Amino acid sequence: MLNKYPLWKNLLVLTAVVLGVIFSLPNIYPPDFAVQVSSENNGESVTTDALDAAVASVEEAGFDYFDPMITPDGNILIRFKTDTEQRQAKSVIQRAMFDAPGEYVVALNAAASTPEWLKDLRAEPMKYGLDLRGGVHFLMEVDTESVVTNRIDSLETDVKRKLREQKIRYKSVDSPRRGVLHVSFRDEDVRSAARSELESQYREFTFSNGDDEFPYLALTITQNAIDEMEDFAISQNLQTIRNRVNELGVAEPLVQRLGRNRIVVDLPGVQDTAEAKRILGKVATLQFRFEAKPDAPRSTTINFDYEGRDATLEKNIILRGDRVVDAQVGFDPDSGLPQVNITLDSEGGNLMHRSTRNNIGRRMGTVFIETKTRDSYEMVDGVEVRKSEPYVVKRVVSLATVQAALPRQFRITGLGAGEARELSLLLRAGALAADMYIVEERTVGASMGQENVDQGAMSVSIGLSLVLLFMLVYYRVFGLAANLGLMINLTLLVAVMSSIGATLTLPGIAGIVLTVGMAVDANVLIFSRIREELKNGLSPQSAINAGFERAFTTILDANLTTLIVAVILYSIGTGPVKGFAITLSIGILTSMFTALMCTRAIVNLMYGGRNIKSLSI
Amino acid sequence: MLSPHLSSLAINQLNWGLDFTGGSLVEVEYENSADPNAIRLQLDEAGFQGHVVQFFGSDKDILVRIPPQKNLTDKENARLGDRITAVLKEGGQGVDLRRSEFVGPAVGEELTNQGGLGLLAALGSVMVYIAFRFQLKFAIGAVAALFHDVIITLGAFSIVGWDFDLTVVAALLAVIGYSLNDTIVVSDRVRENFRKIRKSNPTAIINTSLNQTLGRTLVTSFTTLLVLVALLVMGGEQIRGFAIGLTIGVVIGTYSSIYIAANVLLAMGISKEDLAIPIKEGQDDPDMMEMPDR
Repeated sequence: MLNKYPLWKNLLVLTAVVLGVIFSLPNIYPPDFAVQVSSENNGESVTTDALDAAVASVEEAGFDYFDPMITPDGNILIRFKTDTEQRQAKSVIQRAMFDAPGEYVVALNAAASTPEWLKDLRAEPMKYGLDLRGGVHFLMEVDTESVVTNRIDSLETDVKRKLREQKIRYKSVDSPRRGVLHVSFRDEDVRSAARSELESQYREFTFSNGDDEFPYLALTITQNAIDEMEDFAISQNLQTIRNRVNELGVAEPLVQRLGRNRIVVDLPGVQDTAEAKRILGKVATLQFRFEAKPDAPRSTTINFDYEGRDATLEKNIILRGDRVVDAQVGFDPDSGLPQVNITLDSEGGNLMHRSTRNNIGRRMGTVFIETKTRDSYEMVDGVEVRKSEPYVVKRVVSLATVQAALPRQFRITGLGAGEARELSLLLRAGALAADMYIVEERTVGASMGQENVDQGAMSVSIGLSLVLLFMLVYYRVFGLAANLGLMINLTLLVAVMSSIGATLTLPGIAGIVLTVGMAVDANVLIFSRIREELKNGLSPQSAINAGFERAFTTILDANLTTLIVAVILYSIGTGPVKGFAITLSIGILTSMFTALMCTRAIVNLMYGGRNIKSLSI
Repeated sequence: MLSPHLSSLAINQLNWGLDFTGGSLVEVEYENSADPNAIRLQLDEAGFQGHVVQFFGSDKDILVRIPPQKNLTDKENARLGDRITAVLKEGGQGVDLRRSEFVGPAVGEELTNQGGLGLLAALGSVMVYIAFRFQLKFAIGAVAALFHDVIITLGAFSIVGWDFDLTVVAALLAVIGYSLNDTIVVSDRVRENFRKIRKSNPTAIINTSLNQTLGRTLVTSFTTLLVLVALLVMGGEQIRGFAIGLTIGVVIGTYSSIYIAANVLLAMGISKEDLAIPIKEGQDDPDMMEMPDR
């Protein structure tokens, strides 16, 4: 029958609407003011003891807290009624956690207050971007260029040493350009000896023979090797930044690589950019020292903490962390036990070799030194004042027996899997591989963020009301159908954005506003077609049918081309532009669905299968 | 219509925003109404060069823009925003930092290239799509209309001297999308009429098509303008550039899809033969092909 949907289509529309409502629902629950406590070791869950300690502290201070819990990601969340209580409670909890065993990050957070039944369906509210919640965004560039240059230099020194060690006489070594090394020899025999010696050991180079005055061997660094050096430098810096961000007490920081040599750092809620920059720019260091002999005089030794005990090491430092170029977790091929493989630069290799060859059998300690800040609280004129003061943490992270004279590459064995991972991480964090500098920074104040949310919400609601009103006046009953469709469209848009975990930004809100304005276009196309067909003398039912069907290709073409533009916008865009592109794209898809399916279903329900004389359009 | 905009673009160029030039920007809110002259003096005394101080939204909000300082290193320039905030806070009045941005020169250059590339990529791929779905002459007509829209909107920014930042680029791309919508609706009707109306000359057919779609074009533009005005009035300073760009673009796009795209079609001598190819054989009306279930 004309203008009657088969049952399955009605059900499809109904299902979409129900799903849309469910998944957009979490957004109407305002978030609670919460304090979040997480472990300083990324990814490690907090213990119930820590939860008890935190709860006890707020209980004792008499705060009106509720719903304390450990989240699935292993963080403590304690909620409060007001933001003043939240802030006061944070300092109370911070003090309590300082006394508790373990290291914690205490931060303010907005905790979603999604009801249980929605959580069970995995429905979550949309995340807000920095421009809506306030915070700092940094884009940092890592100076990988100089890392690569240094590594190449050290490889070159290494090649020469290798040849000397193997007693292969070369005439000269020169570097016509970066990453290329020409080693010339007396004759071709020596050259082939050198080549067979080097080729198996230095996979970073490609080898080729050349002839000048003398035969020479050309070593060219491979792009692969350069990429690896860059990757290593970046991942090292990423790790370092992650460790430092923990100190800032940020609830949901984002630290990730962007492109070849950049790192994005988003710190929601952070206002003090100067402090943030100071902490991010800080350097942790690493030292290798021998364990002091039992009879060593006190003046030549120094004590460090090692897993809760004292370790007495020599004051004399073998070498520092800046000589470490790589540290990876590996496995002993014989025993299969975890180990850490450490690579030093060539100078570091010499130092290590010279120091260890006469000290086989002694233990060598790895000392990790880091400057942190600690908040302390003082009562000044009856007011509690927070003071941040830096303090230095020095501890021994490994104490291992030297088995042989250590070359440039050596390993530390006898570790558990967790220990090995931790040590390699610290070794890398201790030696910040490459210089970093800020190339872009955006800070949004907290008041500004809230204002943006309010203004955005206001624009959406005013824009929406105007459009709804206009459609109702202009198309009457059909306008009502279109308006219902528009509301469904908005619900679906919000539901899709929430469930794919898209971040809502200010330009994103602009995208929603624009979607509201443009979404009715499809309906307008259909309705004006229906009016036209009525004028052409078609009966109301066939006019409705013809209107929807004739408009279909037009709507498809028009929307697909706009979608192409939106996708391009997304792929070239950074930050704000991306946010706009996402909402626009999703908006196009949902509005196509609502105009073609939902509005049609509504119109069918109103008019379909009945004998009607005229249409209210 | 194009010439004043083109010449302004050539002479005045655009008032490139921070995203493209690089530099620092600080937006602060004063407790009471602020005095830009006093602030300028304050910054001069602190030794900053080339700063621009202006009201932003209200007489309490102040926006300070400053290019990278030549006597400072890259690292020091990255901290310029903090230093300016510190200087402003010394002024005595309560100052609240609302927003601070720093864009390094290299990033600025990249963003410029990306923006330009995006516009071209958008125009190019749209042309391919239309040529594929319709016919090359339609594609040229549509892209001519889009070019026109982009240049007029850019020209307006150049003439008035509004800040041209990344959000305006987003607006331009949205304008392309929007105007395309219009052009496609018209083209679609033109195609349909060329196939349906047997005896008529191209001019008459295009005229009929334009008249048939005029109502829809105006209604859609009107609803879009309704929400844009809401955004313009309520959305706040930060997306003003975006809202202005789109508003201009939508008005221009409406008119260009009616006049420009159709005229380009006529000028290229569009005829029945161009469209006589049925999309699939054996159908009287190719449009029926795309029909959904009834």
